[in-house]
Amino acid sequence: MREIRAESIVNAVSDAAIRANLELGRDVMEALERAVGLEESEVGRDILKKLLENARIAREERIPICQDTGVAVLFVELGREARVIGDLYQALEEGVRKGYEQGFLRKSVCDPFTRKNTGDNTPVIVHLSLVPGDRLRIWMVPKGGGSENMSRLFMLPPSAGWAGVKEKVVQTVAEAGPNPCPPTIIGVGIGGDFEQSAILAKKSLLRPLGSPNPDPRLVPMEEELLTDVNRTGVGPQGLGGRVTSLAVHILMMPCHIASLPLAVNIQCHASRHVEIVL
Amino acid sequence: MDVEHHLTTPLSDKDVESLRAGDRVAISGIVYTARDAAHRRLMELMGAGKELPIPIAGQVIYYVGPSPAPPGRVIGAAGPTTSYRMDPYAPGLLERGLKAMIGKGKRSREVIEAMVRYKAVYLAAIGGAGALMAKAVIGARVVAYEELGPEAIRELKVDKMPAVVVNDVLGNDLYEEGQEKYRLTEGP
Repeated sequence: MREIRAESIVNAVSDAAIRANLELGRDVMEALERAVGLEESEVGRDILKKLLENARIAREERIPICQDTGVAVLFVELGREARVIGDLYQALEEGVRKGYEQGFLRKSVCDPFTRKNTGDNTPVIVHLSLVPGDRLRIWMVPKGGGSENMSRLFMLPPSAGWAGVKEKVVQTVAEAGPNPCPPTIIGVGIGGDFEQSAILAKKSLLRPLGSPNPDPRLVPMEEELLTDVNRTGVGPQGLGGRVTSLAVHILMMPCHIASLPLAVNIQCHASRHVEIVL
Repeated sequence: MDVEHHLTTPLSDKDVESLRAGDRVAISGIVYTARDAAHRRLMELMGAGKELPIPIAGQVIYYVGPSPAPPGRVIGAAGPTTSYRMDPYAPGLLERGLKAMIGKGKRSREVIEAMVRYKAVYLAAIGGAGALMAKAVIGARVVAYEELGPEAIRELKVDKMPAVVVNDVLGNDLYEEGQEKYRLTEGP
């Protein structure tokens, strides 16, 4: 059994929270640069260049890319041969608390009804799974409210098929329009059940932009959906254009014989995800 | 791209009447920040007939909850939040003379009609460009509801803050016009 101290998890998560919010990933920068070449709208191209400039300012001047530094979502894979000395959940929460305070990140978590801010960006959202090996792998994903609010879940009848899935994805993107800060990345979860489809949709966003889906069946499906969502004309910031979304990512698994669950998790252009391995 | 109008706050009817959907503006002077929780409080005060903590007539409200200011800076990241959540509150403020709102995303039919009726505009800033937008902020102080943290009302001093006119006093809508040009499918 390999031992991992809770304290090292706290520090790694804190550092990841700050890095994720200040340094836009290379994959997203490259996707935005490609989008400048694809966009036909002059206003759209101007916006895409400003987003690249924004990311450079954030990285150099050490301020967040976006003021909405999100709810902290943590995908955690714990190796079966690894043992955490201390409390894993508490360590994740303490890491977020520390990172959001020391990194001057906005605390964006509140009570649903009183709307009183919890003050330290906790509680966090944790998706934990046990995997082979002796490592602890954590993806820190700050998720903003604007794009999350435009996300949708559909329990389709099996007869809806691929055509029904496409219709709902395009409808979700078109209705969201300018609200989720396009150009967006569309996370699509197909199958599983009600909550699993949503987790698949969010998890699909962890894959770096520009890298192919490891499941060859899903590659043409992603391409087809991307073509369709970019026909909506929403464009950068919803002001019209060809680049409504930078990518569509799909994760899929079998489902109940009665169901065709579909979750559409919209991610804004500030797609922040940092992976750490302990 | 070129700026068509340099605006200095507070704004007059004449200032906003000259603006058209699609125009680029640069705003200088004082703007007030308010988002969900602050709007709810302002509405409660108005409902009770009480005085508001900020002036409304001729003013500009920026829908933003900035991130904390690191040492040596006046503000952290300060880009716009999605505006539709303020739609239930906006007509009441427009009736009191609010001249402009800065945010991102679509407004409701009611808000667009109230802008025509009371002569006001809705401006969009670039969503998710919080570091870039903060460059235009040269001063910031909390003027109400400090306990709301990021949702407190702040008085921001801005210098040439960039935005684009989405809804003008004639009821035009830049989102509809812009998307129409590039749409290859049926509308939503």
